[in-house]
Amino acid sequence: MRYAMAIDTRKCVGCSDCVVACQIENKVPEGFCRDWVVEATSGTYPKLELEIRSERCNQCGNAPCVRCCPTGSSFYADGGIVLVDPDKCIGCGACIASCPYDARYVHPEGFVDKCTFCIQRVRKGQRPACVEVCPTNCMYFGDLDDPNSEVSIKLKERKHKTLIPEAGTDPHLYFLI
Amino acid sequence: MKEELIISGRMNPRIDPELAIWHWEIPFYLFVGGLAAGILFFASFYYLRGKANEMPNTVKWAPLLAPILLIAGLGALFLDLNHKLYFWQLYTTIKLQSPMSWGAWTLLVITPLSLLWCFSYLSELFPKWNWKQKTLSRFETYLVGKRKILAWIMVFFSVILGIYTGILLSAFNARPLWNTSILGPLFLTSGLSAGAAFILLISKNNFEKQLFRKIDLIIIGVELFFIIHMFMGFLASTQVQIDAAKLFLGGDYTLPFWIFVVFLGMIVPALLEYLEMKGQKIPSYIPAILVIFGSLMLRFIIVNAGQVSRYLY
Repeated sequence: MRYAMAIDTRKCVGCSDCVVACQIENKVPEGFCRDWVVEATSGTYPKLELEIRSERCNQCGNAPCVRCCPTGSSFYADGGIVLVDPDKCIGCGACIASCPYDARYVHPEGFVDKCTFCIQRVRKGQRPACVEVCPTNCMYFGDLDDPNSEVSIKLKERKHKTLIPEAGTDPHLYFLI
Repeated sequence: MKEELIISGRMNPRIDPELAIWHWEIPFYLFVGGLAAGILFFASFYYLRGKANEMPNTVKWAPLLAPILLIAGLGALFLDLNHKLYFWQLYTTIKLQSPMSWGAWTLLVITPLSLLWCFSYLSELFPKWNWKQKTLSRFETYLVGKRKILAWIMVFFSVILGIYTGILLSAFNARPLWNTSILGPLFLTSGLSAGAAFILLISKNNFEKQLFRKIDLIIIGVELFFIIHMFMGFLASTQVQIDAAKLFLGGDYTLPFWIFVVFLGMIVPALLEYLEMKGQKIPSYIPAILVIFGSLMLRFIIVNAGQVSRYLY
């Protein structure tokens, strides 16, 4: 089992519903967010190209945060989801410094926190909150090992990319382009 | 033109607008750790060479500072933790891929070791010292007999401590400035140089002084070579590392780095030490303090600039 998410940059309108859904579902403390929306503009006026991406932890296959964590608090859970065990986290910041996506933050209670692909929902067979609420249905979630999952099908059908693959992190957040 | 903006208003404290997860505590710890590593290395090295009586400042006096430095460093590390009451979790695992993990274990070995080393010299250094309890005095006699074993362990762990302060940073490939294996040897030489400078600062013995001027000159030469090599490596690497090098070659950190670290912390003291060796009268605390100051600045600048250097956006 290998969970992954694919986001259609051609359908995303940048409404930030995914951000709000995540904050509510995961009781993210005020002033913090586990996911965010990036607007990338390239080209020269009037020939400009716009790409909108809903970003979060890339649930890397070779996660630098898991490697650098001195206590084993950051670990790979079921389906390759990278989690933090608050009872083992000392809040040293090594994982934060090691993440090229800046996807982690220090929770006001002291431990480090991040996107969990809503593992509490996924274990019940539901989709992550951000995917569930997306008004344009531009996000796909599922098991890469299952060829019939919606994420596997989309990745077969469409051209896609990952962010900073050159950092050697083996990211599992795909962007359909 | 390429512009990337976070439009959902992410402003995670200490992450945005640029990473600021580590403040003064980490560079301070890296500095005192490096300095302690340098002091303990020279003490145990020259003890093993049989020079304890010829070089009392190196082998006996200077190490008195090491446990103070290490304990201050541990204090700073503790202050840096955000989940402080869980710090003991460090000592429930040994994770070889995580430099912070084996660094924590190294500190657990070398801090008590440096205390034992000082303990074994207390009566010799302070003849009026009186252990009010017999067990303590017996323990001291026992340690005096074990100095050779202590020195062998210390020479090994002091090098590990010196290298670890650099490797800690180079393990983070997300920060291109840190992601160079040369930081390990660079921080080790900088720590050794600061250690040599501290011995110069306290020594009244001419033989020792001349020797450490020579040692410091050689180490500064090696350090300069590492710095040049580091920039050559960056400039011949990928775009993110070229950008990281540019922070020091025209960017925000250019002046502090080249003036405080390279010019005042290395070139000026090297020149002064050279002139002193040639017989010029220069107060030897000036180059020594400059070297120690340069070593401190190197840590602060590398830790801060590394957090600015990045892949994305």
